[in-house]
Amino acid sequence: MTLAAAAGEQSLLAVEDLHVRATRQRVDIVTGVSFTLERGSVLGLVGESGSGKTTTALAVLGYARRGLSISGGTVSFQGRDVLSMSPGELLDLRGGSIAYVAQDPASALNPALKVGHQLAEVFRIHQPEGQKRIGSDRLAALLTEVGLEHVPVVTESYPHQLSGGQQQRVMVAMAFACRPSVIVLDEPTTGLDVTTQRRVLDTVRSLCRSHGTGAIYVSHDLAVVADIADHVGVMYSGAMVEVGEATQVLGNPSHPYTQALLAAVPSHSRRERLRGIGGLPPQPGQRPSGCAFAPRCGFVQPACSEPVPLVARERGRLVRCVLPNGAESAQPAAAANERSDDLGPDAEQGVIATVRDLSASYGTVEVVKDVTLSLNRSTCLAVVGESGSGKTTFARCLVGMHSRWHGEITIDGRELPAALSRRSIDDVRRTQYIFQNPYGALNPRRTVEQLLDQPLKHFFTLSGTERGERIGETLAAVSLSGDMLDRYPGQLSGGERQRVAIARALVVEPRLLICDEVTSALDVSVQASVVELLRALQQSRRLTLLFITHNLPLVRAIADDVVVMSAGRIVERGSATDVLDRPQHEYTRELIANAPAVDFSGTRDGSTSR
Amino acid sequence: MTVESQGPPALGVDVPVPVPVDPGSWRAAHPLTWLLVQRLAIGLLTLVGVSMLVFAATMLLPGNAAYAVLGQSATPERLAALEAQLHLDQSVVGQYTSWAGDLLRGDLGNSLVANRPVSDLLRPRIENSIVLVVFAGVIASVIGTLLGVLAAARRDGVLDHLLSVVFLTLTALPEFVVAIFLVMIFATNVWHILPAISPVPPGTSVFSTPDVLVLPVATLILVVIPYVFRMTRAAVIEALESEYVEMAVLKGASRRRRLFAHALPNAAAPIIQVVGLNLLYLAGGIVVIEFVFNYPGIGQGLVSAVQARDIPVIQAAVLVLAAFYIAVNIATDVVALLASPRRRRART
Amino acid sequence: MNSLGLSKEARLAVGRRARGQNTLRLLRNALRTPRGATGATLVAIVVLIAALGPLLASGSPTGSPGLPFENPTEGAIFGYDELGRDVLTRVLHGGWTLLLLAAAATIVGVGAGTIVGVAAAYFKGLSDGVLMRTADIVLAFPQLVLALLLVSVAGPSVTLIVFAVALAHTPQVARVVRAAALDVCERDYVKAIELFRISSWRVIFGEVVPGVVSVIMVELGLRLTYSILVIAALSFLGFGLQPPDPNWGLMVNENRIGLSQNPWALVVPAGLIAVLTIGMNTFTDAVARVLLGVDEIAATRAGMTTPTPEPK
Repeated sequence: MTLAAAAGEQSLLAVEDLHVRATRQRVDIVTGVSFTLERGSVLGLVGESGSGKTTTALAVLGYARRGLSISGGTVSFQGRDVLSMSPGELLDLRGGSIAYVAQDPASALNPALKVGHQLAEVFRIHQPEGQKRIGSDRLAALLTEVGLEHVPVVTESYPHQLSGGQQQRVMVAMAFACRPSVIVLDEPTTGLDVTTQRRVLDTVRSLCRSHGTGAIYVSHDLAVVADIADHVGVMYSGAMVEVGEATQVLGNPSHPYTQALLAAVPSHSRRERLRGIGGLPPQPGQRPSGCAFAPRCGFVQPACSEPVPLVARERGRLVRCVLPNGAESAQPAAAANERSDDLGPDAEQGVIATVRDLSASYGTVEVVKDVTLSLNRSTCLAVVGESGSGKTTFARCLVGMHSRWHGEITIDGRELPAALSRRSIDDVRRTQYIFQNPYGALNPRRTVEQLLDQPLKHFFTLSGTERGERIGETLAAVSLSGDMLDRYPGQLSGGERQRVAIARALVVEPRLLICDEVTSALDVSVQASVVELLRALQQSRRLTLLFITHNLPLVRAIADDVVVMSAGRIVERGSATDVLDRPQHEYTRELIANAPAVDFSGTRDGSTSR
Repeated sequence: MTVESQGPPALGVDVPVPVPVDPGSWRAAHPLTWLLVQRLAIGLLTLVGVSMLVFAATMLLPGNAAYAVLGQSATPERLAALEAQLHLDQSVVGQYTSWAGDLLRGDLGNSLVANRPVSDLLRPRIENSIVLVVFAGVIASVIGTLLGVLAAARRDGVLDHLLSVVFLTLTALPEFVVAIFLVMIFATNVWHILPAISPVPPGTSVFSTPDVLVLPVATLILVVIPYVFRMTRAAVIEALESEYVEMAVLKGASRRRRLFAHALPNAAAPIIQVVGLNLLYLAGGIVVIEFVFNYPGIGQGLVSAVQARDIPVIQAAVLVLAAFYIAVNIATDVVALLASPRRRRART
Repeated sequence: MNSLGLSKEARLAVGRRARGQNTLRLLRNALRTPRGATGATLVAIVVLIAALGPLLASGSPTGSPGLPFENPTEGAIFGYDELGRDVLTRVLHGGWTLLLLAAAATIVGVGAGTIVGVAAAYFKGLSDGVLMRTADIVLAFPQLVLALLLVSVAGPSVTLIVFAVALAHTPQVARVVRAAALDVCERDYVKAIELFRISSWRVIFGEVVPGVVSVIMVELGLRLTYSILVIAALSFLGFGLQPPDPNWGLMVNENRIGLSQNPWALVVPAGLIAVLTIGMNTFTDAVARVLLGVDEIAATRAGMTTPTPEPK
């Protein structure tokens, strides 16, 4: 029985058994994806890297990127199959009946054309019999709808003159311009501040409701999807593994992967141990013939090695799993200690670092203003703020990467000069820094062994054997096996690279580890394992962590104390629980209120509150 | 010359390291004027530097300059006159300032060979060279750009492959080989319809015998057009592969619209840079071409002067060519900036 | 071949899985493409002729056994040139100096340009400004004109030619290397090493230079082609090796007069130069294309400033 039939003809869009393959390599990227979309509702398409969600979303418009081709399945829309439309019909369809909002508005808008011109273009393409010159009031109406002010300024601007949030709203306006029946949004809020993200999400949701548009919202961020979606589809390794009502899928997941994914998402309300998923998703072309998740699944059975179909369950849910009643409810996540410095009598006490009246600037612009704080040994301090808050600059001043500052920084009892070259080699060794982007932080031309050996040779005088031992120990400490040693970063996944970066910092035995948004570029399940690794290392090596992030639930998971920064100043400080449960400052409250959360807190005992 | 890096044309627009700008300053308010002023200042400084280099190279001859130039015919009077003309009695710095002062007054000195003012000798030659450069430049730019856009629009098609291979080959050939090849086909060995050399009697305009223009201009076009083609093609392809063109596809834009309304406006800046570079290559190319065809332009003048060690002429010719180079650089920068709204804003 | 045709970032992420940036592998891959193979073959042919020529030739290149511009005969398959010398003999002798000088000028020029470019990119600020403005001054001359200028000073000497051509290359290479090195210097892995307080020059040679090796290689190919062109042109104009020494560029000029009588005297040396440069250019093009598949430079253009997770 096809999905379209099962769902009845009221569905706006029905995707049935979609296959997309890499043309030259003849390898399937997307295998057997099916779902339906209802009028006025939002379907969240969730998945991690390599799940194929963007490819699927583009296929709904009948589009495949260079090197890919849609090789099977149907996309039923208004009684026709999009995948068998002629090129001319597709031109009419795209932008007119089915619209797309790209992930990166800065690249998706033409830098050489004015914004108003690009907006009006949608009308020129799809409603040319209208007036020759698109009335400026029509454009104005569109822009007001998405919440943009100063409309004449915006239409006369070039894309680079607008902020990220404004650009994204223009994209949303362009998508809704011709009142399409379906909108596909591809991670539209990546890279936006929490507050801006909130506004864009609200705009999308209200526009969908008021125009009866169905939306497909692609995201890797479960919290965002939980916030906006009525239905959720979970993708893994190119296949749809579970799809159904949001409250069902997120509150009472059936597929083991969905369950594991949710366990990796840090909770908004309590401090828990995060659980990553061991192993890595298979590469396209190396997928097992049965269930792709089987190698990593805790409930694996012999039947999993045969191809598993999508089967309908109660309340319209579809699951691709052999378990008849879904994965048994996993144990609720273990609560973690409230504080990590509760380590017993031999734990070091006292302050490891103090900062007094630190002000830093870029050129003539001051980005950090009068920051004063102290950092206790063996604790984790989170520095929270949005972009422009100065948190990264602050961290860079500490470690010596940025030297235009004045004030006082004392680490481990020693006051540090601003310039790195004037700091002693031992000072330099004791404070280590982990970068945000694992793809840029490791020299692609060096093996893992060389990467770890380099700082050892520089900071210590040890024999080759001794160095080798230390490298081995450190690798084990970050849960990497010895055969990683002669691999190049290009052969490692994002999570593995970040572990190597951590190992590189650890191998010189630092006292203070500064982590600058170290998990922002990682998938949720990988983020969970890296965060747990950091927590464990902090305990075992009595490290002090300075954890910079914009992700509040993550703060709750790992931090003991928090400092909230805005516009270069600290606006609130205190223990993590205090600040997150009882925020005092206006800004902190807004931040907490705007952050989306996967918090179906009632559902673990069956009820579906939100 | 004709072979250039694959990367973006490294013209005067090198990658500046961003300097923070105070948002309230005049610089931020008038970014375009500021850039123009900047470029002009740098250009002038460059010209001064060039003059110093030219001076250093020619004046610091080993041994006595005067003897070296006059050789056998060095009578005491002529020596003294020459020394005075070349300011050899002064210190090095003094020599430079005198020479530069003369230049600024328009006095380019006298040719040592012809014993006439250099400016008289060079002016007609400069005009003749300009004729070549303009004709070749315009034709090559127009045809090269059109072909480049065509090849990019039908990428990997038959035309694209054919043109790419042909132009790849052409770009690697030495100019004199191209010149002689054309001569062989049209003048000496296959057909005999055009003159093999282009003598123009002094005092007559080069247009009085237009035949003599054909082969030199044709050679220059062939030498320069591959570059225009390849860079245009690359710029248009880059635009067509961009995310904003993908977005246009997803908006339902037809191929024509994507090419003309989206890709070309973005390719305009790189194409303008290429046209500018084109002119620069021509300036270098005319030396050999004029020599081959015996065409009375500044390139041939330079070669003869070098052969005869006629220092004032060498200096003047090199300076003229360098000044042309610098001027074209500045003009191209500015026009490219005008065509690209994003680069206009001050680097903040 | 390993790109899977995914989005640009994805393709690069996959491409990066290839093992390191091994120069030899790069060259081998380039040789496997049709362009690479053709180009390399052409170059090899001409290099062999030039290198082995003097050993294979019989007779002296400066003797005059025949009549000026006499047509090809049994003993002299290309006939005789303007002074009645055997063209074949002269051709066999006339290539290796060209290649040697071109190679020397290229190596010196690219080496100097790399150091200047990397230093300017790494140290930025004043050094960058000074170096690049000086480069601009040298670049303000058409490069042949610069060489002519220097030759006019001291006469056509071999060292001077090498120096003049190398000088013409340096600023251009410096520009290109600087642009690539600027990207590399912004990468986090360079900053990470700097944070260890490792000295600047060790960072430059250990981290930055290896990152621009691919750019340098392409430049080497292009500059070598260009060196050959300039030196041949200089010889053609009479400023290279002086007669009666055989020299392909000079031979082309010498024998222009007799073009209608014995074209071989001109066609053979000109053809050899042409085949050499076409081959070099084609091969360099192949190398550049292979690089674009496994590319650091394109990766930086894709902008690793926004975190990009692995292929979606």
